[in-house]
Formats: sequence, structure tokens, C-alpha cells
Amino acid sequence: MSMQTGYASSTSELQSYAPAATDAGVAAPAPRREIARSRPVTAPRDARTEPGPVRFIIIALAIAFLSIFVVLPLVVVFASAFSKGISAYIAALAEPEALAAIRLTLLIAAISVTLNLVFGVIAAWAISKFDFTGKTFLITLIDLPFSVSPVISGLVFVLLFGAQGYFGPWLQAHNVHILFAVPGIALATIFVTFPFVARALIPLMQEQGTQEEEAAISLGASGLQTFFRVTLPNIKWGLLYGVLLCNARAMGEFGAVSVVSGHIRGETNTMPLLVEILYNEYQFVASFAIASLLAMLALITLIVKTILERRLDEGQLPNGD
Amino acid sequence: MGLTLTWLSVIILIPLAGLFLKTFDLSLEQFWGIVTSRRTLNALRISFGLSFAAACVNLVMGTIIVWALVRYRFPGRRLFDAIVDVPFALPTAVAGVALTQLFATKGWLGAPLAELGIKVAFTPIGIFIAMVFIGIPFVVRTVQPVLIDLDPEIEEAAASLGANRWHTVFRVILPSLIPALLTGFALAFARAIGEYGSVIFIAGNLPNVSEIAPLLIVIRLSEFRYADATAIAVVMLVASFLIIFLINRLQRWAQARIPVH
Amino acid sequence: MLRRILPLVAGLLWASSALAADATLLNVSYDPTRELYADFNKAFAAAYQKETGKSVEIKQSHNGSGASSRSVIDGLQADVVTLALAYDIDAIANKGLLAKDWQKRLPLNASPYTSTIVFLVRKGNPKGIKDWDDLIKPGVQVITPNPKTSGGARWNYLAAWGFAEKKYGSADKAKKFVGDLYQNVPVLDTGARGSTVTFVERGVGDVLLAWENEAFLAQREFGKDKFEIVSPPLSILAEPPVAVVDTVADKKGTRAVAEAYLKYWYTREGQEIAARNSYRPRDPEIAKEYEKSFAKVELFTIDDVFGGWTKAQKDHFAEGGIFDQIYKN
Repeated sequence: MSMQTGYASSTSELQSYAPAATDAGVAAPAPRREIARSRPVTAPRDARTEPGPVRFIIIALAIAFLSIFVVLPLVVVFASAFSKGISAYIAALAEPEALAAIRLTLLIAAISVTLNLVFGVIAAWAISKFDFTGKTFLITLIDLPFSVSPVISGLVFVLLFGAQGYFGPWLQAHNVHILFAVPGIALATIFVTFPFVARALIPLMQEQGTQEEEAAISLGASGLQTFFRVTLPNIKWGLLYGVLLCNARAMGEFGAVSVVSGHIRGETNTMPLLVEILYNEYQFVASFAIASLLAMLALITLIVKTILERRLDEGQLPNGD
Repeated sequence: MGLTLTWLSVIILIPLAGLFLKTFDLSLEQFWGIVTSRRTLNALRISFGLSFAAACVNLVMGTIIVWALVRYRFPGRRLFDAIVDVPFALPTAVAGVALTQLFATKGWLGAPLAELGIKVAFTPIGIFIAMVFIGIPFVVRTVQPVLIDLDPEIEEAAASLGANRWHTVFRVILPSLIPALLTGFALAFARAIGEYGSVIFIAGNLPNVSEIAPLLIVIRLSEFRYADATAIAVVMLVASFLIIFLINRLQRWAQARIPVH
Repeated sequence: MLRRILPLVAGLLWASSALAADATLLNVSYDPTRELYADFNKAFAAAYQKETGKSVEIKQSHNGSGASSRSVIDGLQADVVTLALAYDIDAIANKGLLAKDWQKRLPLNASPYTSTIVFLVRKGNPKGIKDWDDLIKPGVQVITPNPKTSGGARWNYLAAWGFAEKKYGSADKAKKFVGDLYQNVPVLDTGARGSTVTFVERGVGDVLLAWENEAFLAQREFGKDKFEIVSPPLSILAEPPVAVVDTVADKKGTRAVAEAYLKYWYTREGQEIAARNSYRPRDPEIAKEYEKSFAKVELFTIDDVFGGWTKAQKDHFAEGGIFDQIYKN
């Protein structure tokens, strides 16, 4: 089928960050309507689209808006990062503080993505394959970090684990450091990235239903076998998609981490925090150099995401029902 | 199952419960006093008001963008489709420094605007710009699938019944997009209210003028006024709950309206 | 290509962490000392290595002095604190983290360098600001941080108060003066560095009340053609103190190196570093050497005018204190 009309779009219907995508009805890609397209248009041609000037204005507006608000900020990051030449750029990134921040960011991302991966799969599995009371409440809880201010996400951990907090005295007595150390930063990051994996999987798993698993079990497979042989292959692209977005957010989180970090240079400063610190120290090139790494991460994330979405589309269309 | 609940409790439920528990340290009058103090009220007003304005811009521009992306073909369409998600993927601190650089009086956009007498960076307009930036993907990405799935036969029917294009768009197409539009609007709104990283760089952070509620929480926290920080946080948290609730309702409504294929 | 680069990058990233020092100190400090301690730490690490053969790595955390103090109270594992004023260390001592007589453990009130409060104005001094009086004129915007979180802000406040009390003769009039002054303050950042950024970068305000060293730094960074320093005839002697946090240092076994670290301030080299970074050195010889770098200002102390930090803090900055009365929001 050729895509002669303007109706085709490469975009996936998967909206993992939109709590709205809860329901399979929205998330499930509908089969494309080939009938309508392959048939000669019955109505007068101009009744199905807008007049030329209107089309032009709409396209121009869309392009202008996206260019100003999205493209220009990205360009500014790289232009500022390289404003003093490539050697200044490399020197800024080779600073021990910068390296330590990169290391910490990678570590935090590894911890939080792994944990959210495991529990996201379990949570999505529980929600989509079983019926139980309080399910809606559970979904709301999973969604909550999306709309809670990152600052509050950090604050709650200060209230819990600060030396003056609920568990603080006990932790101090046992010499356990959570706040102002890696565990605190990891916890805050896990909190804000909690929904991503589960959210990417729930619609997918709901749509696939339980028949295949039931068949496997009736054939004598154990629960774990069923999961690894039947469920996992079915959700692998969705899973990757969730992990990807989770990772992007984990590496880029600022507000929550800022509240719990303690800002120890070379130790508890993540890359986004270092961007702010360097910016406040008038080291603009260094600040934008770190920022450019994070921007690159965002761009790579989007490229991989586009590829994954295409996979998801392809993987699902033949499934139909 | 038990594992899920335990994990969920440890990561989300207990911390949030701790927040609410902390407010019980305060008497009702104290709580009310904090929440209705001039500075708190102004911060909340700035956060909610500007978020609302930004979400409105996102609603209009998001609709235009999604229409262009779905209905028209133009060079670079796929690229623009992909970059709609940049504000979502870009770390907020990076967005903050980039927008500040861009809109500062010496910046690429700030300089020409300054000529016109418009100061963006370090004013409430700056906050508004940052909020528009982070809200872009939400309306586009919630409306896009619905617009793609819209049955073209309805439009054809409308046209063959003699409706002109204007009528078809506003009477037939837009009404069926309303639930998705509202959902996108609510998501952009919710995100903007809580936003911190991208806003604090470009905002002037003047109390009562350009100080957002999340920043006030951070300030109270560093003043060691935990009770104040907590009280403001609770107000914002309740607002988040309400918005999520609303979004879920909208979603039900959408499903009831649009017949499943 | 990628296969060759990746291990290289990974190697680079992890190599730097492999070089663990024999001892690590965490110095929790206040905002404007970032550059000072970058210099000082380097010098101390070299001197320590030379003397003991051991390597030491010093980590820094900077924030508003009050905010830093609260982080330490909240559990930030600082071996040493180098804050803007004695009260912020007292607050930590009150929680039992270090001995209450900490200020007697090192010479000169445990303040190895001093500073004062000056005005940073825009080129040409368009509002003609010369003395504290000029700050309360209508239409003058004054930038100073939040005294609740920033140490520098408290010095600013007390300097203004001390001036007014001397000039107008009573505490009531001083209160009125300071109240008028804060009427002209459009923004209270949480730390001195935040205020500098507001004034210098964001272009807000006509005059920045700043640490002398911070004013010099801003001038160095942005050029003398943009900002001028105005030293008022009368100001306060700001004594930023340093101390070892006993409980942390003992738990981590870093007491010896932490004490050596702070004592290094009192050596010739330490005093030179302070002077080079525009902090006023205590050593008379070094002070003479750098005499020309600092304006002659009549300085009063906190003990003279306010009866010490504990009292000043209680009267002015505590919950419901004078600052709360004059700045309501």
C-alpha cells in the first residue's frame, strides 16, 4: 500500500509518560484503514483538506514554534559548549569533578534502572494479568511520581532519612548513610523514574491478554518458565522502550537529586547538578560542556525511541487480534 | 503481588505518608497560617497561574503542530515529529541553562526582544517560556494517536452532506478530539506546576513576583523551616492527586465517547 | 570505531577513581569560598604529602552558610566546617556534633582570615552610592541574600545596623534604618553567590552588598570596566571561623589530618593564599605586604556592637526576631 495521503504517520501510539495511556483502548494501535484510502475519493477533493494558504500557515506555525522552542535551545547548548574551541571543551570534560559526576550519574542510572526494570515488570504483570481489589489505587500510586514536583520527591526522603527525620537517629546510630550519599540519590531517582517501565508495559500486557500464558501453563510450564518463554518475548520491545525513557530521566533528574545530594564536589554531584554549580561559578563553557553531554544523551534516546516505536508498530500490527 | 506492594510501599507510599504525617506536627491554625501567608499564596498563584497560561499555549500550539504532523506532508516532517519529544528527554537543568542563555538580554532571542522593550529572562515571562517548553510534548502526543485513528469516513460523510471544510473541522473533527485535548492540557498543566530545574535558572526568583512554589519549598528547607516546606508540599501534592484523578476521569469519558474499532 | 573508543572512555572514567588518597576530608563551607578552598586544598595536600608522605584528598561542599550548617546537622558527614560566622558552627555544636568551646581551640577566635562588607556598584556608580545612608534612598535597589540561610547576609545586615546605631544613636532608629534598607531589596537569594549572580548576570539591582572577597572576584571575572567596588568608611569586621567536627572526624579516624588542615591556615603559606584571594590575612607581616590591596575601612566587631553572635542571632535572626518583624513574608 502506498501512502499517498497525508494520513500516514510514523508515530507510535505508545505514550508511556502519559498516564492517559492507561487504557488499552488508547494505547492500542488501531489497524490502518486501507479501505478508505485505496478507494477513489468520493467527496470533492477540497472538502477533505484545508485550502492551500491555511495549510501553509499551519505548517509554518508548527515549524516556527518547534524551531524556536526546541531546536534553538539545543543549538545554544552546543554553540556555548564549543564557544571557546574544542580544546576548552575537552579540558572541561576531563576535569576530575566532571569525570566524577559522569561516573556517579552512570552509577545512579544503573541502580535505578535495574530496580525499576525488575519491579516495573512485576507491577505491570500483576496489574494486567490479574484482577484484584484496589487495582485502580495501585495504578494511581504508580502514576503519582509523574505529577509530583521533583522537589517534593526529594523532600520526602529528607523527612524520612535526615538526621532530624523519622529514621535519622536510628540510621546515625548504626552508621548508615542514606541522605547526602549514593543511597539517597538513588532512592530519589528511583522515586521519580518509578512509572516508566510499568507504564510502558501495562497497555501492552493488557492487550496481549492471558491466553498464551494460560495455554503454556496448561501444557505444564511453571510460572517462571511461562514468564521467560512466553511473556518476556512478547513484551521485549515495550520493555526496552520503558527502560530507555527511565534511563533518560534517571540521568537527567535535577530537582529531587538536588534536595538530597549535599553537593559534595567529586562525590555526590551528578551531571545535572554540576551544570548548575559550574554555571554559578561563571564557568559557562564547562557548564555547557556537561550540558552538551546530557543533550547528546537526550538525542540518542530519541533516536533509539523512534526505532523502537517502529518495531513496536511492526510487532503489533500482524498480531491484530 | 506482595512483592509489588512492598516495593511500592517502600518507594512511594511510605515517603508520601511521611510527608503527610509531618504536617500533623502543625496545628490547623499554623498550617493555615503558612499556606495563606502572602509569600506562599503568591508562589502558589505564580506556579498555578503561569502553568495554566503555559498549558493554554500548549493546547493551541499543540493542536496546530499535531494537525500539521498528521494531516500534511512537508519536508522535515519526520524530523519535527521526532523532536517534539526533546523537552521530555532533555534534562531540566540543561533546558534551564539553555533557555536562560537564549533569552538573556545578550542572548540570540533576548537581544532582539530587549530592543522591543520585552525582558524575558529573570521575569515571570521567563517562567512562562520554560513552562511552555516542557509542556510541548504532552498535548501533541496525546492527541496524535486519536487524530490518526479518526475515521475518515465521518469527514467524507460530512463533506458529502454539504458541510464546508470549516464546519467539518470545527463541528465534526475537533469535538471528537476534545477528551484527548483536555488530557494533554491537564498533563502539561500538571508537569508545569511541579517543574523546578528548567524554571529556576530563567526565573528572577523574586519573592512574590517570580518565585515558584517548588523553589519556595527548597528555600524553606534550607531555612530549616521543615514545617513550612512540608505544608506547601502537601498543598501541591493534593493538587497533583486531583489532576491525576481528573485525567483518569477524562480518559473514561473519552472511551465512552469513541467507539472502539 | 565505537569499540575502540568505549573502553578508552570507560578507562578514563574509572582510572581517576582508582587513585584513592590515604585520607579524605570533607570540608563543608559557605558560598564565596569556592575559589579560596580550591587554592588552599591544593597547597595543603602538597604540603601534607611532603611532610608525612601521605596523600590527602579534600572534598568540598558549598552552600549558604546557614544552609550548610543545617546540612551538617541533618547528617552531612563533614570532617571540618569552614563557615561564614561563629553562630552557624555553634548551631552544630548545640546538636552535640562538636565541643562547645570549639572557638577556643584555634588562635584568633578560630578565624584565620577576615573580611568585611563592601558595595559592588555598576560602572560609573550611576546612583552615586558612597555610604550606608545611600542605600535607603528611594529608587535604589539593593541586592543582598537571605539572612536566614546566608552568613554573608547576616554580616550585611549587622554592618548596616552597626552603622545606623552609631550614626543615629539608638536601637530603635537602627531598626527603622534596616527596615527601610530591606524595603529596597527586591530579591533574597539563599546564598551570597546566588546574590552575586543575580546582580552581575541577571542585571538586577543598583548595588550588591558583598563580601569584600566576593566583590573582588566578581570584578576579576567580569572586568573592572563593568563594576566598581565602593568601600564605605565604616563596616563590620567579619570573622569566618573554622572547626573540626569532632564526632565525624573521630568516627572516620581523620582527626589528625583535619587538625593539620586547619592549622595550615595559620602558616605563612596559608595566610598568603588568603591574601591572594582577597581575604584579609591575620599575620601582620603578610597583611603589610598586601596592605595596598585592601581599602582602609574603620571596622567594628560583633562583640563591640551586638554582644557576640549568640545574642545577635537571638535578637535579630531567630524565629520572630527583628528581621522577621521588618521583613514579613
